[in-house]
Amino acid sequence: MTLRVDIRQTLGRFVLDAQFVAPPGVTVLFGRSGSGKTSIVNAVAGLSRPGDGRITLNDKLLYDGARRVFLPPHKRRLGYIFQDARLFPHLSVRQNLRYGGWFAGQHDPADFARVVEMLGIGALLDRRPGRLSGGERQRVAIGRALLSRPALILADEPLAALDEARKAEILPYFERLRDETRMPILYVSHAPAEVARLATSVIALDGGRVVAQGAAAEILGDPSVTPLGPRAAGAMLQAVIAVQHGDGITELSAGDLRLLVPQIAGAPGAAVRVHVQAQDVMLATARPEGISALNVLPARITALRLGGGPGALVQLDAGGNLLLARVTRRSVAALGLAQGQAVFAVLKAVSVARDGIAGAAGSQR
Amino acid sequence: MTWLGPEEWQAVALSLKVALWATLGGLPLGILTAYALARWSFPGKQLLNGLVHLPLILPPVVTGYLLLLTFGTRGPIGGALQEIGITFAFRWTGAALAAGIMAFPLMVRAIRLSVEAVDPRLEEAAATLGASRMWVFATVTLPLSLPGILAGAVLAFAKAMGEFGATITFVSNIPGETRTMPSAIYAFLQVPGGESSALRLVAVSVAIAMSALLLSEMLARRAAARVAGA
Repeated sequence: MTLRVDIRQTLGRFVLDAQFVAPPGVTVLFGRSGSGKTSIVNAVAGLSRPGDGRITLNDKLLYDGARRVFLPPHKRRLGYIFQDARLFPHLSVRQNLRYGGWFAGQHDPADFARVVEMLGIGALLDRRPGRLSGGERQRVAIGRALLSRPALILADEPLAALDEARKAEILPYFERLRDETRMPILYVSHAPAEVARLATSVIALDGGRVVAQGAAAEILGDPSVTPLGPRAAGAMLQAVIAVQHGDGITELSAGDLRLLVPQIAGAPGAAVRVHVQAQDVMLATARPEGISALNVLPARITALRLGGGPGALVQLDAGGNLLLARVTRRSVAALGLAQGQAVFAVLKAVSVARDGIAGAAGSQR
Repeated sequence: MTWLGPEEWQAVALSLKVALWATLGGLPLGILTAYALARWSFPGKQLLNGLVHLPLILPPVVTGYLLLLTFGTRGPIGGALQEIGITFAFRWTGAALAAGIMAFPLMVRAIRLSVEAVDPRLEEAAATLGASRMWVFATVTLPLSLPGILAGAVLAFAKAMGEFGATITFVSNIPGETRTMPSAIYAFLQVPGGESSALRLVAVSVAIAMSALLLSEMLARRAAARVAGA
């Protein structure tokens, strides 16, 4: 699956001018609100008509402004998961799930049962959407999109309307979608932790333009790409569980690095992703002694970005992994930090948040 | 209903028939018009809106006379229809046409409101799931506007039951053919001793109107609960 998007659209004062190629896997459109993420997804879905450009999915032409080709949404075979679920209120959960399959001209009971089982919505089938919780509704919406047999899933901030507990409930289903169904997904998000957990590749957007695109670890670890500002920057480590220690600490191995984090469920060898926020990483020029932080990681500075304000973002190579550290410019000056310099990155185990860790194999592809 | 005389019973039965056909006949066109006004933008939309509402504002006798001019046997449409065996003038079908046209604005208003209340985002969702525009309409818009359609139908039925001015102008007041309840009440009041008959018909009128209203309330509440997804 390869989605190619090259569109230009003027919406009042906002100009969208985006070109990117979404390879197989989960491609996350990452940027702050108003950066044009939803406009892009709606153009791909056929819910809006860009002013000009071209959109293709594999060799299927969805839109071509110059040749005046516009495939209407119902002929595109894209499963759209909306932020607000948009279940049909007059239909039962079962009927909602079967809605798309009916137009695809097929109902495969085995497929239906598999999706229902994967999303854990077997007990809800005869209920109406009005009687579902927000999380349940979103799970049904995922199932409904999946069962329409789409060539590509579009997800527009599907977790944004949910509280933290519900987010934690739904996110694993997207990971299973990525890892079990191998369904290509174009996923819109402005939450770094979500991006770190889900993305195979990242398209960073700002002001209607693509500012960077590439593999997730690469983009998230790039100090020059901060679509949400340097405060929200954070790198993603792809690791495997090495040892489960008896005191509730899990030891991870990532490249040549050993990392201690609060307990993650999973057998040794299981792949995990860890989101390390730049502001949680401290730098030292000599190995600090007598501190409580469990992780003191030898690293080398690979890039330095001084911001306009008091802050600076430092990119580190720690045992073959990209890490970001957010420090002050004053510290950069005081320690004489420079590119190529060897330092120690200090990371408290407990600062790795629970929602920043994903027990999933998606990073292996 | 033995307490109704044959003449009175005839008027009641005829009124029910006329109102039923006026409602059922107007419904498809009413839904289409309401949908077009609610969802489409096209040149002449305001003109269509005005045309639909005209019977509500015009004196009924004017509407009746215009009907006579167009649908009468010598009218442009009435003449053509007569060629293929359809006659409106001075027939109960003409009474149904007059009642249907007088009730049409009320029907369209109610349906339009409920179509406008259907969340277009649900229609978008249906489209992304593979439904063409026709299917989106049939599986999402139509069922979700059902409460308004029911309300509109009942309102139209009640209005058709009570239509007098346009009917009597267009198809006159022929017992057994075009003498609906309101025409019958009017006729009974014109003759000495007809007052008791008129009163009985008034009672029937009130009863039918009340039951129609209660029925529509009940149906609408059920449909609304369904639509709300509870």
